[in-house]
This record gives sequence, structure tokens and C-alpha cells, in this order.
Amino acid sequence: MKLNKIALDDLPWIIEYESDKCMLCGKCVASCSFSAIKVGVQKRKKVRAISNEEGFSIDSDQKAIPVIQQNIDENDYCRGCGICTKVCPNGAIRPVRNKTEIFGTRYRSKTGESVKRGGRTNLHTEGRTLDKIKVGRISQMTDPSLDALRHTFDLRTNLGRVLNPKDIDLEIVNGELQPSKTKSIPPNRSIYPILIGDMSIGALSPRMWEAVAIAVAYLNEVKGIPIRMSTGEGGLPEKLLRSRYLKYMILQIASGHFGWNRIIDSMPYMQEDPAGILIKIGQGAKPGDGGLLMAEKNVKLIQEIRGVPKADLLSPPNHQGLYSIEESVQKMFLSLNCAFKFKVPVAVKVAASATSVSVYNNLLRDPYNIVGGFFLDGIAGGTGAAHEISLNHTGHPIVSKLRDCYLTAVRQGKQGQIPLFAAGGVGMNGNLAADAFKLICLGASGVFIGRLVLQMAGCVGNDFGKCNACNTGRCPMGITTQNPKLAKRLDIDQVAQNIVNYICATDIELKKLLAPVGNSTLPIGRSDALICVDKNVADRLDIQHVC
Amino acid sequence: MCRIGAIKSKKYIHPSLALKLMRSQQKGHDNSGFAFVMQDLGGIFENYKNLPTLSMACSDAGMKIAEDYLHSLGFVRVFQFTPEVYPDAKLDIKTMPNYVFEVFQYPKTYKNASKEEKEELLVNSRLKLRKLLEEDDEGYVYSFWEDVLTLKEIGNPKDIGTYFNLWGEDVNIRSKIITAQCRQNTNYDIVRYAAHPFFLQGYTTLTNGENTFYEKNKLAQKNLHKAYIGFESDSQCFLYTLHYVHKILKWPLKYFKHVLTPLPYEEIEKRDDKEVLTRIKTSMANLAINGPNTTIGVLPDGTMLSVEDSKKLRPTVVCKHNDMVIITSEVCGANEIMPDRNSNDDIYTNEREIVVVDNDLNIERIPQ
Repeated sequence: MKLNKIALDDLPWIIEYESDKCMLCGKCVASCSFSAIKVGVQKRKKVRAISNEEGFSIDSDQKAIPVIQQNIDENDYCRGCGICTKVCPNGAIRPVRNKTEIFGTRYRSKTGESVKRGGRTNLHTEGRTLDKIKVGRISQMTDPSLDALRHTFDLRTNLGRVLNPKDIDLEIVNGELQPSKTKSIPPNRSIYPILIGDMSIGALSPRMWEAVAIAVAYLNEVKGIPIRMSTGEGGLPEKLLRSRYLKYMILQIASGHFGWNRIIDSMPYMQEDPAGILIKIGQGAKPGDGGLLMAEKNVKLIQEIRGVPKADLLSPPNHQGLYSIEESVQKMFLSLNCAFKFKVPVAVKVAASATSVSVYNNLLRDPYNIVGGFFLDGIAGGTGAAHEISLNHTGHPIVSKLRDCYLTAVRQGKQGQIPLFAAGGVGMNGNLAADAFKLICLGASGVFIGRLVLQMAGCVGNDFGKCNACNTGRCPMGITTQNPKLAKRLDIDQVAQNIVNYICATDIELKKLLAPVGNSTLPIGRSDALICVDKNVADRLDIQHVC
Repeated sequence: MCRIGAIKSKKYIHPSLALKLMRSQQKGHDNSGFAFVMQDLGGIFENYKNLPTLSMACSDAGMKIAEDYLHSLGFVRVFQFTPEVYPDAKLDIKTMPNYVFEVFQYPKTYKNASKEEKEELLVNSRLKLRKLLEEDDEGYVYSFWEDVLTLKEIGNPKDIGTYFNLWGEDVNIRSKIITAQCRQNTNYDIVRYAAHPFFLQGYTTLTNGENTFYEKNKLAQKNLHKAYIGFESDSQCFLYTLHYVHKILKWPLKYFKHVLTPLPYEEIEKRDDKEVLTRIKTSMANLAINGPNTTIGVLPDGTMLSVEDSKKLRPTVVCKHNDMVIITSEVCGANEIMPDRNSNDDIYTNEREIVVVDNDLNIERIPQ
């Protein structure tokens, strides 16, 4: 007998099953996208002693009973998504977290592979800094608060290079300022301070992506909320590139440059300019970890959009051929600006790290005034697929890094000139408005969100190890899969409606935070509105310490 | 809350008029101080219009520091006025040992200097003087400028008036423009520098209200000009914004309003000048304000203005009668010193305009 194989109690989740409640409809097995459960047979034998004249005799009754069994396998194992529970009519089955699991060790030992996962950091070793900060400057009699539902608010921010007032090139004609014709100024867009972050059409299912795009268009055109979404690496379907909806999209060029052929080919046919270009350096929140699109998700449609054959798609950790920040400015920013005739803001996205302040400093000094935004992604930011070790252990928290960048700009008198956008666990506690408001007070011009959008759509995963299987292409909700059968589970209209509702609710909540502070416009850099009971945090962020 | 007032007259007037204007509004202030700036001086200063006047309150040591420093630069004192004071233990006033109003001749090396060079010299001298006096808390230098006199003091305005004999009609101290406030600073410590009116290079502002964007205004302004210092009051930001827009950027006055309280994007979109307004709103976002406030300002050429926040949460009224215009927080002030005007002509500045009074006392309302 060999006992050193993986065992049930090594797995992260154990299926709890009550056969007496089960009516064997098979829905749980059919719906488990991970093949973590199967229909099996158990032998049941009843033995009875029957007394008689000879004393007693043995009577036995043997039956084969069909049951639901859990697979014990390094690939087909339960992720705890709970779809089986959702579909079971009798509540006969549920995954239960196994607190003593050692799956990571077993997996590495068996496969010689690094553990990969979707989602964001699952190690909650300390409380969130943002939750330790409160909005503390409450208006009183002399600076009256506003009414969130009655007053008007002007909640817009800038995407694009903001010039020093001396450089905005205005001339006085007959006592009026007029734009001078001598030089053009960098493109700038006034947009909603919340952006839907860069999730590619390869990472998400086309249906999910479509739902987000519909929600964005609806929010803009019906609700009057000028939200923008970034495409993520990989490009867009041609039809969308040539549609009028392109103006709501920020096209991303990442280190793999996937999908850019198609974008460039479509340029002559574009009806609208995109909202912006986002150059992603490395893999979002995880410096040094290239983005992964597993072969399982690189299906024909994605191959066509990205222009690459079916294989694992690994974005290199940096744009190949870039030697320095200055070179990146010259080569990428200028070439992209030339391509779009200097009409589209070009921004850069980097991981929050010790060097992000240096990069920001350099960009602030960029003599071409061509950098239109600085996107910072913190440690709690996630990716659809990455090595678990990177997700859990690499990166800087977003809050202090954002603050460092903002204050370095303040010291040079250049705050706001390259708008800062912050992400990385924004809305992790479910309250996007609160996180956004606090980050804006600390100096962000806006925030961007990723995983929260998936959760709006119905993602069952959470930050405590539930599901997190976006990398496998087997998303049980049809959100992060390219499997048409799984994707079909997603109700596009419902997802779009959820996103619209959540953003509308957030819009009200943002105003509910602005009102007591007495602001009708975004309080960018108004750190005096924040307080913190943790002295270390307060000192580090240069906000008021209260106790 | 502050009460503020400004008088612009074709004839020379005495500060008692400003004191009366403000005293009638006393329910709106806390009697913690009185300050005024007089511009376009008459009386004993009338013959020195092209020479800078130093306004300072200081100790004896501070006096020596200031004089030594200005002499070292080559300034020569040509006239000195020491107000006669009437000390009384019953008076609620925190006095300084010396109140200095001295007129100086420019250094000889500046004989052929341009206006800009002289302005630069005056600002640099004042900033340095302030720094020297601050080291041992030896005094406060309020203004050093041609044709300008400033006094700020802590205490009950009525008693301050008595101490300096401002209630009488002294012919010595007169001017055509007087801006005044009856209150010390409330937001921060009581410091003489923190009292309105604020003055820089011929620009004066007084504000009633709260600047909730003070922090971001301050951070933005600190690097814009060497004279943007202090920030003892959140209202100081309005002076620096006015100075920056009008003096540094040289924009027409009406754009001060577009910087302070830009129109919402939706309204800008409908305007013919949307490109200009968008550029201003985008690039000057850090100078915008968001609190409830109203500001009275004076430009170097004597033009007076009144501007409000976009929520109209603080009032100002502009009243005119014959040879005088008053801009003040509450109409009771104007009723006190201008009782026989036609109050139907009073203008209550609205949230989307700037009211401008020129030197002929013509009043123009410029919509934003």
C-alpha cells in the first residue's frame, strides 16, 4: 500500500455531502466547472443478528448506492466556488474550507510547477490602511455642509497632461482671452474619477467584456456619468474599434504589444479617437511578473484579436528595447502621440514600488509635456492570472506610494500636472466610494478598479481563497473563461445592469462624502479632510492624527 | 464669521468712516481686532505719492533692525509719522511699543530704475524685513509700498479707535480708498499678520468666509511666487490668486472669477469660449475654492471689486451715493454712513458675477 499520494484533507476545500438529502438530480456534477465532484457508488452493507431456536443467525443486506464524491487531484480539485450549493435543490452539498490544507506543498511536489491563481492577494496580515482613515473634516456652521441629493456636484477629473497656467497659451484680444494659434496644447479629457481598469478581452469572456462595454456606454449616454474603461492588453474586436463607442475606451499597449496590429490596421477607419492610450509597464501590480494568459483561454477568437498562435501568452516583464525612462518618453509616448496626431492623452501604468516615485519625478520633468497620466497599481491589485507567490508577496501598498508621488509633485509645484490614478484593492471592502474619496483626498485624480467589476457581475471569488480560478479558463460564472458553454451562463444584460447600478450607487455615495466636507468638486489633495487614529499612518501620510 | 467693508471715495476720507462702517456690523464679529489698509493717501502723506511708505508695528529693537536694514539697502527716510496714542488701562488692546509709518526715498542706484525694478526691490525688502523681525519676534511689517498705509491691531475695535484717536476727524490721515475688518483671525492663532485686509504689491483683499480648499490652494501657491508666504489665514489665498491672475498672468480681471469658482463642465460646454474656460479650469484647479466666502479686492490702480463663491453663502452689498461707493458684508453698515442713498440701487453681488468699481465710481457687473 502506498500512502504518499495527495489525500482529501490536503485539499483546500472539502465537499460536505448529505446523501440522505440528495435526490441524485446530478445538477451539482453537471455545473462544477472544475470537475471537482463526480458521481460514484458506495457499497452499503447491513448485518443483522436474528435470534431463533438455534440461538441466532446472521442476516446481511448489501446495496450499491449512487453518491456524489469529491475528486482528489492536483488539477481537478474543489476551489470552493459553491456553485454546487447554488444549484442543489435540497441543500445537500457544500464546500467547506479545510483549515489544515497543505495543497500548495503537495502541488509543487507533484508537478514541479509554481502555483498559479487568479484574483488578488489573499494574505491579510494586517488591516487595510484605507479603513484606518476616516473623513474627518465635517463642515459646521461657518462652512456649511451640502445636501448630497439636492446640490449639484461637478465630479470630473482630468486624463491628460495639465499644463502650468503660464503655458496654456492664451492671448488677450479686446479684453478677452483667446486660444493662441501659435502652438497646440496637450490633449486633455474631463472624465469621471473612477475608471474601469484594464482587463483584457482574453482574460474575460467576450460576453463579460461586452457587458462591461454596454454598461460604460449606458453610464455615459443615459446616466451622464463619463466613466471610461481601459481595454487591457490584447486589443479590441475590429467592430468596436470602428464604432463610435471607442471614445469611451482607453487602449492599452502592454509589454507584449498584443493586439496592436489590429488597432493600427483599424486606425484609418476609426470614427472616434479613443479616450486615451495606456502604456502598461510590466504586469500591473506585480513588478517582474509578466502577465499570463493561459493556453486554455487563448482560443481562436483571442488568437485572432491578439494576432498570436494558441499558446500560453506571457507578457514580458518590461517593454523590450526600452533602456530608460527618457527613452520610453521619446519612443513610446512620441510615437503613440504621432500615431494619434497628438489628440489622445497617453498615460503610463506602473506597479507601486520603491522606484515609482523616481519614475514619476522623471515624467514630471518631461520637456515634451506628453505624459498624460500616471497609473499606480498597488500590492492588493490583481491580475486574472499570476503566480501565487507574486500575488501574495510582491509589491507596495498603494496608499503611501500614491501619497509619495503626490507630495513629490507638490514639492516641485507640479501637483495635478500629470494626473495620478491609483488602484490595488480599491473597493476591496465593498465600498468603492469611500476608498476612492480617501485616495482622492490623498492626491489621486482618480482611481481604477478591476476585480470589483467582476464581483459586480456576480463573481463568487473573494479575497479569502474562494474560487480564484480565473487563470484556469474554467470560471464557473462564465466571467473569466473562453469556454462558450461556461460563458453562456453569464446574463449580459444582468451584468451590465449590475455595473450600472453599482456605479450609480457609488456616485451617490461619493456625493454623500463630499457633502459633509462642503465640497461640490473633487477634493484632490485635500488631505486635511482626512483623519487617522493610527499615529504611524497619520505621520507617514501627513494627515491629522486623532485619538 | 468676519465682517468686511471697503470705501472708495472721490474725496479724501478718514478711517473713522471705516470704523463706523464696521462697528454697525458688530453683531457679526467678535471684537477681537481691527485692521485697515488705506490707499491713495491724502493728508500729510499726499506729497509723497511716488515714494514707498513702510507700515510696521514693532519693538524698539525691531525698529533698529528695520532702519539699519533699509539704510543698508540705500533707502533714505524722508518723512516719519508717529500716531499719537492715548493709553488707558481700561482699553482692551494689545499694543506694540512702536507704530511706524515712514516714507523712504529710493536708493540712489534706483534713480533710473523701471517701475518693475522698484516693485521688485520693495517686495524683496519687505520679505527680508519680515524675516529679520520674525527671528526674535520683534515686529510686524504689513506693507512697504507707494501710497499705502496699513494698521493691524489686536483688541476691541472701539478701544483700538480710541487708542489711536481714530474716532476724530484728523486731517493728517486721509485716503480715497479704505478697506477694513473688525476681527482677528478665527481659524488659527491670533497673529497680527493673519488679520484682513491682506496686501501685496498694490493688491488688497478681504474675505468673509471659509476656504475649504485652503490646503490645496496653499500647496499650489507656495511655489508660484516668492511673496506668497505666511498663510496665517485661509483667506490669504484669495489675495495670492488675484495677484497671480492679474499681475503675473496679466489676465483681464473677470478671469479671477473663472479661476476662483469655475463653471461646471456642463455649462462650459455650452459656451462660445469653452476652450479658454476649459484650459483655465483644467490648469488652475488647485487655485479654485469651494467654501462659502465673499471677497472684496482692490487693484493697484484703485479699481475695487466684489466677488462671491458659487453657492452664494456669504453676502456683500455694493452701495453708491454721490462721490462714494461702499462694498460691505451687511447693509446696516452702509445705512450707518450712507443713510440718504437710494437703497433700491444697492447691488447684492451674485454667485456668478464680479462687480467692479472704477475710479470714476462707475459700477459694472460682469457676468461669469
